[in-house]
This record gives sequence, C-alpha cells and structure tokens, in this order.
Amino acid sequence: MKYALLCYETPDDFATRDDARRQSAYRAAHSAYLDRLKHAHVAVASVVGGAGLVAPHAATTLRLRGGSRQVLDGPYSDTKEALGGIYLIDVDNLDAALGWAEQCPTAKTGAIEVRPVMPGSG
Amino acid sequence: MLAARTRNVAAAEDALADAFAAALSAWPRGGVPEKPEAWLFAAARRKLIDAARRALTASAAEDALILTIEELEEMGRDDAPDRRLGLLFACAHPAIEPSVRTPLMLQTVLGFSAERIASAFLVEPAAMGQRLVRAKKKIKDAGIPFDVPKPTEWPERLAAVLDAIYAAYGVGWTDPLGADPERRGLAEEAIWLGRVLVSQTPREPEALGLLALMLHLDARRPARRVDGRFVPLEEQDTKLWRRDLIDDAERVLTAASAQGQAGRYQYEAAIQSAHALRAFHGEADWPAIQVLYGALAELTGSPVAKLNHVAALTRVDGKLEQGLAALDALATEHAVLLNYQPFWALKADLCARAGKSDEARAAFAEAIARETDPAVIAFLRNRSAALR
Repeated sequence: MKYALLCYETPDDFATRDDARRQSAYRAAHSAYLDRLKHAHVAVASVVGGAGLVAPHAATTLRLRGGSRQVLDGPYSDTKEALGGIYLIDVDNLDAALGWAEQCPTAKTGAIEVRPVMPGSG
Repeated sequence: MLAARTRNVAAAEDALADAFAAALSAWPRGGVPEKPEAWLFAAARRKLIDAARRALTASAAEDALILTIEELEEMGRDDAPDRRLGLLFACAHPAIEPSVRTPLMLQTVLGFSAERIASAFLVEPAAMGQRLVRAKKKIKDAGIPFDVPKPTEWPERLAAVLDAIYAAYGVGWTDPLGADPERRGLAEEAIWLGRVLVSQTPREPEALGLLALMLHLDARRPARRVDGRFVPLEEQDTKLWRRDLIDDAERVLTAASAQGQAGRYQYEAAIQSAHALRAFHGEADWPAIQVLYGALAELTGSPVAKLNHVAALTRVDGKLEQGLAALDALATEHAVLLNYQPFWALKADLCARAGKSDEARAAFAEAIARETDPAVIAFLRNRSAALR
C-alpha cells in the first residue's frame, strides 16, 4: 500500500532551513532519511516521488467557486504548522508506514500526517 | 442491590446446561492450560463464526468484516487464543477513534449487533451504527493490520482490550435465563478471554484486576435468582456463592496488588472482594467499599462510580438527606444518570428510608420505566408496593 507522509513543520523548522548554522544539519537529516527509504526499497519511484516544499510564505491558495477564482496569499490552513514536504512510500500496512513516519526528522519537532494514496494513482 | 450493578446489568443467570460452561468451571485454578481443549475451542469458534456471519448478513457492505471472518476461520489451526487476542488488539489500534474501539471489538470479535452495543454504552443506536461503519472503513482504507502488537506498544492498547472484555462480560450478564443465543455464554467467553490475557501477561496488574473482578461477579451468579426471582446482593444466600471462584479471584487480586500499580479494574475487583466478605464475616466491608468507590470515581470520573460512592457513603454514615442532595447534584453534573435505572432505584431507596413515601414511589416508577428485565421490574414493583 502506498502512503503519503505529509510533513507539517513548525515555524522554527522553516527558519532552520535558512539558518546558516543549522541548515546543513536539516538537509542532511532529510537526505539521510530519503536514502534509508530508498535503501529499504519503500520510496515510491514515480514522477513525483516526494518533494520538499518552499516555506509557507511562498504559498498561494486557489479556490474555484461558481466559475470564478478566489486566489489568496498564504497556505491553505492558518495554523502554526504548515506542510513542509511529502514523502511517498510503499509498505505493507499502516504500522509499517507509522514506523517510517517515526524516523522522519519532522516527527521530532512537527507532525506527520500518514494518509494512504488512492489505489491506481501515484 | 446497587453495589451488584456495575453497568446497568440485571442480576443472575441460571446454571448453564451446556458442556461449554461446565468445562470452563472445571478449569484448573491459576490460569489457562497451554492449549485449551480442542473441542471446547471449536465450540467457541463456531459460535463466534455464526455470530459474525449473522452480523455480516445484516450489513453486507462492510468489507472489513469479511477480513475478520477469514481471521476467525483460521483460528483453531494455530495458536487460537493469540489470534483472538490479536483481533482485539487490532480494534484497539491508536489509529481508531478511542470511543469506538470497544464497540468495534464487541462487533467484530464477538459478533454483537450495533443495537446491543449502543444500549450497553448508553448511546443512541443510530449513532453507534454510524461510528462502527466509520471505524471499519478506517481499518480497511488505512490498512490497519490485524496483528498482535509488539511488546513496546502493548501497554497503550491493553486498556482498550480490557474494557472490551469487561463490556462483553456485562452484556452476557443481562440475559439471566440464557434465552438469547447472542448473549448466552458471553460471560464465560469474557472470563475465558480474561484468563487467556492473564496467561499471556501474567504480571500485568490491570489484566489480573479484570479477571479477579469477573470471577468475583461470577461467583455470586447462582445466588442472584431464586425461582426466577431477582435477589439483591444484600439478601443473597452466601452459601450459594461459589467459594472456588472467590478463592481464585482473591488469589488473582493478590497477584495484581503485588505489582504495586493501582488501576480501575483492581479497584473494582477490590470492591467486589469487600462485598464477598459478607460470606465470611456476615457483613460486607462498607467503609472499604466507600473508600474504593471514591478512589475509582477520582480515577475515572465515571458517573456510575460516583453514584455507587454516594450509595456506599450513605450506607456508612446513614445521612439520607445528604445522600439525596448528593444524588441531585450528581444528576445535574451527569445528566446521563437520569436515564440510568440504578440512579432512580437508589433515589427510591433513600427516599423510602427517609420516610418520603410519595417521592420514593415516583422514583421507583422512574426506575421501572428504565428497566427491561421482568424479574428486576417485579422486584422494584414489590418494593414500591411495600411503601407505607
């Protein structure tokens, strides 16, 4: 079963990316994690596969209602934590997915939503 | 009368005629044998599969139940007690909404209907049905596995498993004459599950507490009905209580308390132990019962525990007006009690003892309106009629 690990990062997590003193550790942690996923053959090899997202200030949210667009500055949700990245994995069941989510660097500071990918997509 | 009620369950079940019950009562003390008798387990397994098939027919769209039946049908080939426990633990997975875990277990492992579960949990049947459908969909869509969890995850799932086993015991107890095939033998099923759990986790204090509780309750079963008549706890003939089960319960409870970790089921077992003292000392240990219900209410916040605490307190200090005031305050805080028969029965009892016959009669009427067991209704009617 394919799962998306949606990594919700805190404002401090986003700040880390730009912090000269902490950014290489941040990148190394995620890079190492992705390597482990690939090594274990659970990372989904697909067109997308997963992505790190630029911090939420760069987000724009669009809705289409009654044929007209509503475009707003900012991410979908006005919460403290925002989507920072997505990993797509292919494992046996939810417990296996949770096991991998636990190892993701974001688990320690933010939150990881584990949601199955629809069969036939991804 | 009220101390015998833990979840609005009526008293007593006649001695069961079938081999299943007889075999269970003949089991050695100290837990389950390595492998249960094959015929015993086959009988239990057949009952479960039948119940699950009935449930499946009633709600054909629920695919998750098919998976459960396949699991059930595989049981008996290998280590059967583990597999049924594995199912219970799957239903207690943290990914499943907490308040639906116990109902889910009752439905998928023991084949209860949504209506039966709803009444046991004092919620509306339609709402319960919806929650069960949602939970089974979650299991299926999210890929929740049906495995016995790793030891590291065991503690967080154990509480939900214990609740489910106890809920099964409680529901089984509501059918005193064994008339309903869905309920008959459920008390034995629950005790059996409790023994299996203890055999798998021999030092787990709450598992031991639950088993001790169920054994104490079951020890009094022969005394609860005399010629079909409901006999309240205080009037039961203690010579009819099963001393072997009481001894077993005490041994298990002692093992629990040796772990030095108090918990809800240990408190409940200790309360039943204090009631059992009437067999040996002529009187239950009411001060202990009062303290224990107080501790239980503090720990769980349960309205039923608080209700029983008021009952015990009034029994100890004899202050009826204060008891009645406490009941009113309790009903304001927990409106759900107004739908709970034992609340009204206690109110009636306190009013009667305080000489408030009209109020007692009104309270008995409310209690009767909320009771379905004919023997209990007859008992309440007689008490009401005896008021001066």
